[in-house]
Amino acid sequence: MSYPASNGRTQPPGAPDGSASRPYPRETDEFASGASEWSDDLSRREFLRLAGATLALAGLNSCTKQPLEEIVPYVKQPEIVIPGKPLRFATATQFAGFGQGLLVTAYEGRPTKIEGNPTHPSSLGATTVWAQADVLDLYDPDRAQTVTTGGAIKTVGDFWDALNLAIEPLKQNGGAALRILSEPVSSPTLLAQLDHVLQTFPAARWCIWDPLNRDNTSSGEVIYDFSKAKVVVAFDSDFLYQHPYALRYARDFANRRRVIEADGARMNRFYAAEPTPTITGSNADHRIAVTARDVLPLAQTIGAELGIGVAASRNVENADWIAAVVRDLNASPGESVVIAGETQPPELHSLVAQMNAMLGNTDQTVSAAPALSLPGNQIAFGDLVEEMHRGAVELLVVLGGNPLYDAPADFNFADAFNKVKLRVHHSVFFNETSRHSHWHVPATHFLESWSDTRAFDGSISIVQPLIEPMYVGVSAHEILESIASRSPRSAYEILRSHWSGPQLLSDFESKWRRALSDGVVTELQPPSLTASGESTAPTLSASPLEKGDRSEVRGSQLEVLFRPDVSVRDGRYANNGWLQELPRRFSSLTWDNAALISSELAKSAGLNNGDIVELTFHDRKLRAPVWIQPGQAKSSITLPLGYGREIVGRVGRNVGFNAYALRTSDALWFADGLTIQKTGDRHWLVSTQHHHDVTGRGILHDGILTEFLADPHYAQKPEELPPLDYTLYDPSEYPYKGYKWGMVVDLNVCIGCHACTIACQAENNIPVVGKQQVGVHREMHWIRVSTFYSGTEENPRITHQPVPCMHCENAPCELVCPVAATAHDDEGLNLQIYNRCVGTRYCSNNCPYKVRRFNFLEYNGQLSPSEKLLKNPDVTVRSRGVMEKCTYCIQRINAARITAELEHRKIRDGEIVPACAQVCPVEAITFGDMNDSRSRLMRLKRSPLNYWMLGELNTQPRTSYLAKLRNMKS
Amino acid sequence: MAQLFPKSANVHARVLIAGILVLACGAGWAASIIYWSPYTTEVDVPLQQPIPFSHKHHVTDDGIDCRYCHTSVEKSSFAGIPSTETCMTCHSQIWTDAPMLASVRDSLATGKPLKWTRVNDLPDYVYFNHSVHVSKGIGCSECHGRVDQMPLTSKAQTLYMRWCLDCHEAPQKYIRPRDKVFDAAWQQPPDQLEQGQTLIRQYHVDTSGRLTNCSACHR
Repeated sequence: MSYPASNGRTQPPGAPDGSASRPYPRETDEFASGASEWSDDLSRREFLRLAGATLALAGLNSCTKQPLEEIVPYVKQPEIVIPGKPLRFATATQFAGFGQGLLVTAYEGRPTKIEGNPTHPSSLGATTVWAQADVLDLYDPDRAQTVTTGGAIKTVGDFWDALNLAIEPLKQNGGAALRILSEPVSSPTLLAQLDHVLQTFPAARWCIWDPLNRDNTSSGEVIYDFSKAKVVVAFDSDFLYQHPYALRYARDFANRRRVIEADGARMNRFYAAEPTPTITGSNADHRIAVTARDVLPLAQTIGAELGIGVAASRNVENADWIAAVVRDLNASPGESVVIAGETQPPELHSLVAQMNAMLGNTDQTVSAAPALSLPGNQIAFGDLVEEMHRGAVELLVVLGGNPLYDAPADFNFADAFNKVKLRVHHSVFFNETSRHSHWHVPATHFLESWSDTRAFDGSISIVQPLIEPMYVGVSAHEILESIASRSPRSAYEILRSHWSGPQLLSDFESKWRRALSDGVVTELQPPSLTASGESTAPTLSASPLEKGDRSEVRGSQLEVLFRPDVSVRDGRYANNGWLQELPRRFSSLTWDNAALISSELAKSAGLNNGDIVELTFHDRKLRAPVWIQPGQAKSSITLPLGYGREIVGRVGRNVGFNAYALRTSDALWFADGLTIQKTGDRHWLVSTQHHHDVTGRGILHDGILTEFLADPHYAQKPEELPPLDYTLYDPSEYPYKGYKWGMVVDLNVCIGCHACTIACQAENNIPVVGKQQVGVHREMHWIRVSTFYSGTEENPRITHQPVPCMHCENAPCELVCPVAATAHDDEGLNLQIYNRCVGTRYCSNNCPYKVRRFNFLEYNGQLSPSEKLLKNPDVTVRSRGVMEKCTYCIQRINAARITAELEHRKIRDGEIVPACAQVCPVEAITFGDMNDSRSRLMRLKRSPLNYWMLGELNTQPRTSYLAKLRNMKS
Repeated sequence: MAQLFPKSANVHARVLIAGILVLACGAGWAASIIYWSPYTTEVDVPLQQPIPFSHKHHVTDDGIDCRYCHTSVEKSSFAGIPSTETCMTCHSQIWTDAPMLASVRDSLATGKPLKWTRVNDLPDYVYFNHSVHVSKGIGCSECHGRVDQMPLTSKAQTLYMRWCLDCHEAPQKYIRPRDKVFDAAWQQPPDQLEQGQTLIRQYHVDTSGRLTNCSACHR
């Protein structure tokens, strides 16, 4: 996207003018512009006149009769379907090319909610934010819906004919001019099919391109066991969030940090060095900000101290950190983990492997990941592009991905692509690559078609569909089959035939059904390749990447970092409203990316948040707004990838800048030599950091492990609490004789991944409001994850705090509602009754936690028919003018209650799991009955770390927190 | 100074005040008549259906149990509307050529479902669950009336919130033994209130007040 020169153009009326220009630490302005003064053109008198007319007309609104509705029964009702009762199926999604097991909930055949599969080792019941949002992509009305060629609509049959016609002449020389370009593939069936194609066409080649590739680790992927690690050292690694095995790592890591009692309290100690804050780094006990180029020298220094024969450069700056790391690592042989990030060069990965071996971690906390056997006849992406430039490729089949958008800029991929005689693109969305292809074939979404996938640890899942394809759709299996053998069978038949093998096992059917129902294959043999080639192949080219002499100190030079975006990743989720509106970690930006710069750089270059700079790198230029990021290494500038998409749906259009424009094959992740130039133009960036702000009050309690051991009750600060009977309420009004619901959020293990926010959005039909509305503080998330910085701006301590409704015993919101639309119930929930609410917003004004959200506009008003299918039928879809907030997932409470009533028993502990708690990779959120002293919840509530947010207000919230601890070095 | 108002002004004022009162009451009365009239409540007003299905015939004449067609009433929030196949279990054998049933046969042949008009339609923000009511001894006829005597199906109750609360506040007035739930002809015994109290204890009906919480039905 290009940014207009004038500031006024990008800033809508009523926007918090200049607020974006105020740098960190924080704004002093508590209220949004317009909240305290009348700034609209409309005169006050005119406003009152309109308001009066609105009121009078609104009265007439109630005169409508309820419209007639239809009931449409099945013609043949499937045996397992009970109308009104959801069904759950095991399936799997792909993340970074690896499988993650899911359980998907479907109401009468329409999937509405994705959750993790507890039996799948790389999910354990949790999911990433992306898996949560996958279901929105399924119903996206902007999906490709028909086969097209040159803009004309064709049938799938037309496409098979055209493909066969093109393949026929290629057969003569073994497919020498046939190339298949795909994303990373882990599906055993697809690999076997590729193998078959490559054997049928011995001269054809297969190429993998992934802009977020893991090539730097290609010397050997390893799996770490964080459950055994006392000390963890991460070099620029985001293993808690961006790693294909992140959900498992996060669970194991958090289990080593969970502290409930002072007795026997133990925590691992985590050191992180990284150039830009990541979710992982923010959880470190000791984090240092170092430029990406200095990470390897830093590791070499540590390696040398540990006794590995590497040339150590003197690293004075972080001597304390290095000494502590070395001391702790030496003190815990076989019980530590040293890990490096995928963005760091292979040298670092081999050095880290040596360190782990030296520390005795091999086979203790570190083991080799099962290798994936891939078919031979691969070609590196760089070589493929070179062939395309030469005009040597006649048929290019692109399976998924978007290379035209995300290929390295120096490859001139678009030119090369246009030299291919016949270009076929197969993808769920019509994107930049589709636009330049002769044929675009819509791919089926993973919830629509059969496949299989393999997780990072080697466990294999069958991907089973939950819904018939919404539109015309073809799976990759069918395309590959049509290349090898003309008329393709359905994906289901292809999959079944590969899994059953040449001789059908007698008990295949029962084993197959078992695999489908479990979500992990245990009893069947996956399809194998007839002749496997090398397990991995370099993506770009065989020659090592030139990085220059790193030992040279070039502190003054700016360094560019290309990083996958925490929301849209490489750009594939650009059209997903949930992810676009999800505040980006640390900056809390929504609907934008920004070049992240350090405060020091901002000062020296005179930059403020939202200033547009011109970035120059290897003679390529790019205009981008900047954002000052605490904890950013001084001379590193982070450019999040995945924005600035041009051929994309309505949601992702004109969002952010395209950082791929600067990304070259010799600088995939970071490189020196960036220059920035202030342009004087500004861009309106929308950050939710100071929305619903309650800072300045003691809402976050944190401390140090040793302090806690010395004084376990330090977090509770009882002197601050008023006497609990100091109340105007009648204490006998609510005796809570039955259940008494409550929640605990463990800040100590929360990693700040925001999965709870998205899970809540999916479960509770929460609308997306768009950038303009977020800009005036109207985002609707029921659970926000606040980020807090403390310490210095250069190297702050970062803490995350999820904030849902507190469900106060003495709820300030309930007193002020003039129509009793917010009410208490006999189990202590604060209810919000939508059909009573008249929208005075008094409750929100009186809420000290700022957790109530108001529907200023009809956010659910213009849904396409497909989006309506997404809605959870157990939750009311709210209309304009209605307040809403976290309900503790009351639909799940009532579902569990009814099940228990039908079975004539009490609700069991752990039977009700709200969506936020369900998705949490680290089990930071616990829900339960406070009247059951043996519940997991009450065990946490009795912890000395348990505290009430703003307890001094005597609201007596049902949601409480366990204070954050840091295991600082002594 | 002469009197500004003639004596008759007092009469005028009284008539006016009385008139306004009468008018206001009249308007209120009219509104309440409209509010409770079948025009608004649709009680006892049969709706247009694709087939003039008679519950009276199927229940009273043929003796078919409610659950034969409304299969999920004991398991789910939704009682269930029979699939075309369910209709055809009998109608593939009897009345196979009846012109009245042409649309049922068409539905089975083409796979296109029948589209019935909802008779008992709660607003979308109300979450009613059949299974729990049935399990706690609330009979079908309590809400749906004497369906067994309806040639054409119509609403038997207003389904207003006040009406729901009537039972939620005092379930003993309506609760019946579980084995009578599907008995449309069941009559309340003379000592219903005492028997109701016994059943409430027996079926563990929560009378602590939670049934009248907003969250019982709204979410």
